[in-house]
Amino acid sequence: MIQLVNIYKTFGKVKALQGVNLHVRPGSIHGIIGENGAGKSTLMKILTGFIARTSGSILLDEQDVDLKTPESARKLGIGMLYQEPLDFPKLSVLDNFMAAAADTNPQRQAEIINHLSNKFGFTLDLSARQGKLTVGERQQVELMRLIRDQCRILILDEPTTGISGEQQKLLFSTLGRLRDEGKAIILVSHKLAEIHSLCDRVTILRHGKPAGEQEKPFDEEKLLQAMFATLPTKSSRPPGRTTGKPILTMEEVSTTVGRVGLDRINTTIYEGEIIGLAGLDGSGQSIFLQMAYGLLSPEQGRINLPVADNEDVMRVFLPADRLRKGLIAGLTVREHQLLAGAAPFFIHTGSGRLRTEQAIATFSIVGTPDTTTEDLSGGNQQRLLLSLIPPGARLILLEHPTRGLDLQSGQWTWQYLRSHLPDNGAIIFASPELEDIMEQADRVLVFYNGAIILDRPTDKTGYREVSRAITGRV
Amino acid sequence: MDISPGIFLAGIVASAAPLVLAALGETLTEKAGVINLSLDGAILLSAMTGFVVAARTGSPAVGFISAAGTGMLVALILVVVSIYLGQSQVAVGFALTFLCRDLAYFLGAPFARTAGPQLSIVPVPILSDLPVIGPLFFQHSLIVYTSFAAIPLLWFFMYRTPQGLILRCVGENPEGCWARGIRPRKIQTMYTLLGGALIGLSGAAFSLAIKPGWGRPQGCEGMGWIALALVIFGGWHPLRVAFGAYLFGFLQMGGILLQDVFPAIPAPIFQVAPFPLMIFTLVLVHLGRNNTGRKRLLLRLLSGDPPDALGKNYRQA
Repeated sequence: MIQLVNIYKTFGKVKALQGVNLHVRPGSIHGIIGENGAGKSTLMKILTGFIARTSGSILLDEQDVDLKTPESARKLGIGMLYQEPLDFPKLSVLDNFMAAAADTNPQRQAEIINHLSNKFGFTLDLSARQGKLTVGERQQVELMRLIRDQCRILILDEPTTGISGEQQKLLFSTLGRLRDEGKAIILVSHKLAEIHSLCDRVTILRHGKPAGEQEKPFDEEKLLQAMFATLPTKSSRPPGRTTGKPILTMEEVSTTVGRVGLDRINTTIYEGEIIGLAGLDGSGQSIFLQMAYGLLSPEQGRINLPVADNEDVMRVFLPADRLRKGLIAGLTVREHQLLAGAAPFFIHTGSGRLRTEQAIATFSIVGTPDTTTEDLSGGNQQRLLLSLIPPGARLILLEHPTRGLDLQSGQWTWQYLRSHLPDNGAIIFASPELEDIMEQADRVLVFYNGAIILDRPTDKTGYREVSRAITGRV
Repeated sequence: MDISPGIFLAGIVASAAPLVLAALGETLTEKAGVINLSLDGAILLSAMTGFVVAARTGSPAVGFISAAGTGMLVALILVVVSIYLGQSQVAVGFALTFLCRDLAYFLGAPFARTAGPQLSIVPVPILSDLPVIGPLFFQHSLIVYTSFAAIPLLWFFMYRTPQGLILRCVGENPEGCWARGIRPRKIQTMYTLLGGALIGLSGAAFSLAIKPGWGRPQGCEGMGWIALALVIFGGWHPLRVAFGAYLFGFLQMGGILLQDVFPAIPAPIFQVAPFPLMIFTLVLVHLGRNNTGRKRLLLRLLSGDPPDALGKNYRQA
């Protein structure tokens, strides 16, 4: 149905894609896998005309198509679900659904969205602001919009990141149904389990070049080899760290901010601990992190950072929305490094350059010192953020630390965090991946409806108990 | 001087008409994510153009059309240099303000203090005979009626039509629009030009109706900045922006009245007082909008956020 032939794309000096081919057939789900910066997202954005290719051709039904703008892609029935939702947070859900639709009768559109929501089991408040929804819900709105526009080719870029297990099941059954209706679906993912259960065929990308293709059933060993060239070693659970004095305490902390707020949180975090926050998307983990960092103050209750040795506890927060909240879009890698190590009066370009080059080398950031952050891939944005953590940080708060990262980068991230955490420091992280939490955390806090309903050391609990707690059963 | 409340209020709505037009024009432009800072100069330049053309042709209508064209021309410069050539909207807008102001005085010098036409009052039959409401709404010139009509029209357009939805979307997230097959720069161009036309009409409303005539000063100087402030304090919402314009009109008229009551106080104080009073009032109205927990309904109605993409040139991939 759709064929990409010999696609090249360069951003300034960065060669993002070099001679990539892809052939997707109707009525199939085609997986695209590869590690961070392999060029998956770039390839997909080219297919939707969001960015123009440098060279190469695209054939739709054997016909050469231009596809230099999303306008032309839309007319040809190509639609994409972007990894970071490209929607309008301040407008209502219905307005988001209607924007740029062919038919903009609010009643009819409300009927369509209600009909589709029922069909897929989504529950959405049409008059709510889009920005108040979770990433998963925002994706649902976008997906329904694409289905309404009768896209023949659906592209999903890491669709399961940040959505709940239930939402994921719904999404998969929906995708299966759409495939049976004859649509061509392209699934960009780094989760092998997803590829196994969904895809009929898979294309592997490595460093912007094609690195192989496989038909179902897939040979996992070969897939991994094609992705990484060197296989990641399966990490064994690192030994628990010795814990010290309390570093953060919360007493009866409550707030009404966010969808569910926080409900009388009591917890103490000790030096040396790594805490995993589990729970359905939007159950209070994000608000908890923002409280711990001091971005929000509790409406009731107290948060204490026991000051040890007359020192302030230096806190760092890496939010999930990296580009909008973590980094400054428009500034380059070098400028971020300069900001982090700012000299009091003048910018010292020499040391800035050195620091930047070191960061790029140590953190394997795919980009140049002058690449602006919005041109970095999701994983590289995370690496840049990690490189900006000041050495003295004692309380490191992370929201979805491995979101959009492949296995290898994820492991590398954890190795880095563990080795750079001072003995009197602690890490608190929220992750939608239970595996991440069980493997990396010493203690797990399970959030349900804004309350902590389970607080256990990870070696004294199991997947069963934690996943039951996530759904509200203890 | 003895003024009845009806005439006082009628004076307010009439004198606020150009401010309403200019502020609504700017609202339209900013809602699409573009800041047109050239407002103050553009109003003056179109006031001059409108007056001169009307005087030469003898037709105020032609004067208004040419004034609207002038506003659009100034907006076009902003569109080309900022939206398409990527230069800072703020810098270009500032440069245009001063360029337009000086150009207006220079080109208009030969026509200063010359006689020219003036829009006549067109009472609406029957309705104008109503008590209070009659003089308040139905005994004005056509441009004042236009300013009345523009307020609900703009609101309806922005919040009740598909085009209005796209306009707001572009101002919020041009990238998201691009992904949906909309061309953000085209939309921004359209509304910057349309906003420019309204700003131009506002200029001619001064020189052909509210403060008729041309000279240096014309009397509309500074109004552009007030209109810009109104857009911000009005939370980018046409109804609230228009309300602000009338509030300013009220303060100005009140100043004129009080001048007669307190002859001992120097006149300039009354002329200047509306400006700080306006800022003070708007700040009061604006206060407390960040009190999320117990935000009162009134404050919520009055608060507004700027469009997310305001002032940022969209770089098409």
